[in-house]
Amino acid sequence: MKGNEAVGEAAVRAGCRYFFGYPITPQNEIPEYMSRRLPAVGGVFLQAESEVAAINMVYGAAGAGARVMTSSSGPGISLKSEGISYIAAAELPCVIVNMVRGGPGLGSIQPAQSDYFQATKGGGHGDYRLVVLAPASVQEMVDLVMDAFDVADEYRNPVMIMGDGILGQMMEPVEFKERPFSAPREKPWATTGANGRAANLINSLYIDPEVLEKHNLHLAEKYRTISGKEVRYEVVDPGDSEYFLVAYGTTSRICRSVMQKARETGIRAGLIRPITLWPFPYKALEEATRRAKGFLTVEMSCGQMVEDVRLAVCGRAPVRFYGRTGGMIPQPQAILEQLVSLVEGGV
Amino acid sequence: MKDVVMHYCPGCTHGIAHRLVGEVIDELGIAAKTIGISPVGCAVFAYNYFNVDFQQAAHGRAPAVATGIKRVLPDRVVFSYQGDGDLASIGTAEIVHAAARGEKITVVFINNAVYGMTSGQMAPTTLLGQVTTTTPGGRDPSRAGYPIRIAEMLATLDGAAYIARVSLHNPANVARARRAILKAFKVQMLDLGFSLVEVLSICPTNWGLAPQASLKWVEEMMIPTFTLGELKSPAEVG
Ligand SMILES: Cc1ncc(C[n+]2csc(CCOP(=O)(O)OP(=O)(O)O)c2C)c(N)n1
Ligand code: SF4
Repeated sequence: MKGNEAVGEAAVRAGCRYFFGYPITPQNEIPEYMSRRLPAVGGVFLQAESEVAAINMVYGAAGAGARVMTSSSGPGISLKSEGISYIAAAELPCVIVNMVRGGPGLGSIQPAQSDYFQATKGGGHGDYRLVVLAPASVQEMVDLVMDAFDVADEYRNPVMIMGDGILGQMMEPVEFKERPFSAPREKPWATTGANGRAANLINSLYIDPEVLEKHNLHLAEKYRTISGKEVRYEVVDPGDSEYFLVAYGTTSRICRSVMQKARETGIRAGLIRPITLWPFPYKALEEATRRAKGFLTVEMSCGQMVEDVRLAVCGRAPVRFYGRTGGMIPQPQAILEQLVSLVEGGV
Repeated sequence: MKDVVMHYCPGCTHGIAHRLVGEVIDELGIAAKTIGISPVGCAVFAYNYFNVDFQQAAHGRAPAVATGIKRVLPDRVVFSYQGDGDLASIGTAEIVHAAARGEKITVVFINNAVYGMTSGQMAPTTLLGQVTTTTPGGRDPSRAGYPIRIAEMLATLDGAAYIARVSLHNPANVARARRAILKAFKVQMLDLGFSLVEVLSICPTNWGLAPQASLKWVEEMMIPTFTLGELKSPAEVG
């Protein structure tokens, strides 16, 4: 199945019945798939007039208690940032897919990972966090999209799936595991019409600074809980690794083959792949520093995740960065050369 | 309505408009299944006054939020309450497209010819020559363009089922406003399409006029630009 279509099917199987979106390459197959699939299962697909409207429709639908999704790419996610901030503030669950393309500005339609800062460090205004999941295969995209709805409901927080143009367009076999997908949760806070209970309010306005501070501290506490429970990563380490490649999503696939090649040349290389970009697997990296002689972070950007890698490594070993940007894809040979020069003592 | 003191300035007709919406909801007996959306602007706290479920929306985005709710809960009654800065400026795209799609929602649109909450800047509905804090010499069309007639503009859209403009400047017009709001909700309940009532309202604080003089200003200055009446009404609701 094609990555983008798999995202749509996984969402439907996770109980998502509402999709609001706006076309942008390279994610158009998601709304197109939803426009065919959702009406067949009694759901609603709506092509909004803009990304701004789409995310606010998500806000309304999530507030009304629905499992709801939207998808976009860089420039569209920028427009959605206003709504995402409101959704995070009002503590509404929803899933947002970003099939990242080259930026800034109109950039290109080629794959990139340059929206890492936007996804993990804010994007919109205020003290908030998204859970950001970064799949590396079509199968993982399916599994993570399904998990995303559960995580969103569990914490009443927006969850972002961060893919890229390659993952969206790639065809791979997928298995839709029968999962006892959580029966639609009770959402006693939803605005569904008061009908006998006290009226519910979905809001992000706290005019009294003391009250807003309390709300922000409550959110911070929630983010701490998420950081404790939801960190996901993969470590590929035959047990003797001295050097670690650090990469997520598409670049982690390339780094996997670089790791093998490096071992053929005698470099004991391992791979650390963050699956949650937020919460970031700081501890896994920190642990690796006990034996690691160096880290090479590879990204399709000018260097964004590498800042989190440096935070985790905290000067205990050299951290080198290699990236291609603008829609260019790092080549295994070039990555290997970087690794070799790291091993030879360069930083 | 909840038994609480409203935050609006003395004499402001936001309070009357709220009261009319509340009376209509009670008359129709729909409080248990109504969801309101409050805007950004002086009416941001509308949720404190109506005893129904509410969502607060970002500036101008209420029609999109209403769309999301209504698509999930088509048998509920969904209304937004928005000012002219909210609806006619930052939220023009959202209101035009909600109307064009024929979303079965009801919009109460408060036209007071200024931005109230942010202290009296020009709105898209500000009259030519009107002095505001950002048109200190009066609105000059060569620099600041012309007022937008939202009701007329939306009435051209096929998805709009009921569009009316009313005013609150005297008791007879308040009674007419109530009838229009009642109709707008009925149109939604009959699934006929999008309904909007534009309400000419006063902002004594930012107009720098006493409430009585403000009401007179509506009659003499606003109504010639913003003609009252029903622009579109389906046969089903008379
Ligand atoms: C994105 C954004 N831009 C600007 C504002 C500031 N703002 C708050 S209320 C308002 C004007 C509201 O005026 P109007 O809709 O006419 O309502 P009124 O206060 O007159 O009732 C503005 C610009 C905001 N809250 N959000
Ligand atoms: S500022 Fe104007 S619109 Fe706002 S409450 Fe006061 S009088 Fe009413």
